Amino acid sequence: MDLEFDVVDLGDAGHPQVGEQAPEFVRPLVNDEYWEDVALSELTAEGPVLLVFYPMDGSFPATYVWNELRDRAWDETYDVTIVGLSISSPYEHKTLIEDREIPYRLFSDPQNGVAESYGIVHDLDGMAGVSEPRPAVFLLEEDRTVQYAWVAREWPDLPDYDAIEDALAEH
Amino acid sequence: MSETATTGGPSTADDPSITLYRLQACPFCERVVRKLHEYDLPFRSRFVEPMHSERDVVKRISGQRAVPAIIDANTGVTMSESANIVEYLDRTYGEAA
Repeated sequence: MDLEFDVVDLGDAGHPQVGEQAPEFVRPLVNDEYWEDVALSELTAEGPVLLVFYPMDGSFPATYVWNELRDRAWDETYDVTIVGLSISSPYEHKTLIEDREIPYRLFSDPQNGVAESYGIVHDLDGMAGVSEPRPAVFLLEEDRTVQYAWVAREWPDLPDYDAIEDALAEH
Repeated sequence: MSETATTGGPSTADDPSITLYRLQACPFCERVVRKLHEYDLPFRSRFVEPMHSERDVVKRISGQRAVPAIIDANTGVTMSESANIVEYLDRTYGEAA
């Protein structure tokens, strides 16, 4: 991003790399009507999954990311299930789904354990006791093998949408 | 969006036959949950909207927006009202069953 102010360098993350298996998890998965506990492996069993870690609902990157993913509508072109994950509660997810008019489902992980298992924890400066995932995108195959991975090394940073689209087109 | 499972089929740990539509902190829902635990019945919890007028998913499965509502694919039963559900669970899975 070409910003006039300095971005914060987050350094390396110990996240799953291309070819490795992404960690399994179970969390409440929110749609426009209800939420229920769902395992990531239940989703990947149905086909490739684009797992999008994003900053808490209401932040400007959350709005940008979901507007972009809604407009690109990759699920209509490619065989992929798009799901998000943030530390926001299921109630906030329902509001985001309505406000952004997205046909995607969102995992709720207030205690940030999934980010821990993915090695992408981001402790938020100025919000004592609050951590969330770094912005990150993983394209996973049916057995949760990582096909494409992007993890923010700066804060703020947004995904490279064209690179994701290339990865979707390749697989 | 995932489809609501309303048809029968074998129950597994990951895909229990019973689905409970519930509202967080709703005492009538908790009453049903206690009964399900009492009979050791695996079930899937689906948490819905507090606003009654927005609970269309519950209306689609049960004909009304009230929770708790339960779908039991073992028996093909869909039911609302906690007293009715508890009585149904006693009758179907209790000692008398």
